[in-house]
Amino acid sequence: MRIDNEMKLEFMSKSQNESFARSVVAAFIAQLDPTIDELADVKTAVSEAVTNAIIHGYECQNGSIIIISRILDKTVEIEIKDCGKGIEDIELARQPLYTSKPELERSGMGFTVMETFMDEVEVESQSGVGTTVRMKKTFKSI
Amino acid sequence: MNVGFDLVNNKLIIRIDGDIDHHTCEEIRSKIDNEIMKRNPKSIIFDMKNVNFMDSSGIGVIIGRYKLIMTSGGIAAMVNVKPQIKRVYEICGLKKIIPVYENEKQALESI
Ligand SMILES: Nc1ncnc2c1ncn2[C@@H]1O[C@H](COP(=O)(O)OP(=O)(O)O)[C@@H](O)[C@H]1O
Ligand SMILES: [Mg+2]
Repeated sequence: MRIDNEMKLEFMSKSQNESFARSVVAAFIAQLDPTIDELADVKTAVSEAVTNAIIHGYECQNGSIIIISRILDKTVEIEIKDCGKGIEDIELARQPLYTSKPELERSGMGFTVMETFMDEVEVESQSGVGTTVRMKKTFKSI
Repeated sequence: MNVGFDLVNNKLIIRIDGDIDHHTCEEIRSKIDNEIMKRNPKSIIFDMKNVNFMDSSGIGVIIGRYKLIMTSGGIAAMVNVKPQIKRVYEICGLKKIIPVYENEKQALESI
């Protein structure tokens, strides 16, 4: 596969890194000249996946989160990976309103937000091994 | 994380300043709950003028406060909502339970 550009970012699973992570990805994709709305969509999706890695993957313990992002033409691919507890039932986890932590006032809408804002969302996960969320979005050139 | 409050006709205006994500939502939640406890308002109005980003963690906070004010028969509203926040808000179905008004004046007159 041809790749025009690629970046890799690794950081600790601390909640203060949520805004850091979405800002870095936004800065990386700025070279594609996305609209303000497209940029906001990607930032929101990244925020959801990174937050999930911190709260659900690592359950707020220390761990490492890796983001790899690739650009090909007008398409950006973003991979967000944790080595946390993993998801037992991915189909259930992706249901709107489903949350395994209702006591934390989670809305259970994280995956729905990712699916709505990105063109493609793929989840790979194994109990006790970790989770990778792979998302794609093609920007409409004007 | 700065959260400002104004009480107008027993309606609590909540002015959130900054991004609402999982990192900031704990502090926002406790500040709002303290104020609601202290002032016991009839309704609440979220002023989102200074919020440039919100994800589904923020939706959790808003729904939580909505439920709190509902138990005492009150209602919640939202004003000055920017496009990114509006989209998240609509996807999450908040539109049906928390009305959005253009500005504070309209919200104060309507709720
Ligand atoms: N990285 C992850 N590691 C483990 N579990 C996850 C991960 N991401 C999501 N999940 C599971 O999927 C559920 C739904 O996620 P989401 O839609 O973002 O809702 P919420 O974060 O509000 O619970 C979570 O409650 C959790 O059980
Ligand atoms: Mg989530």
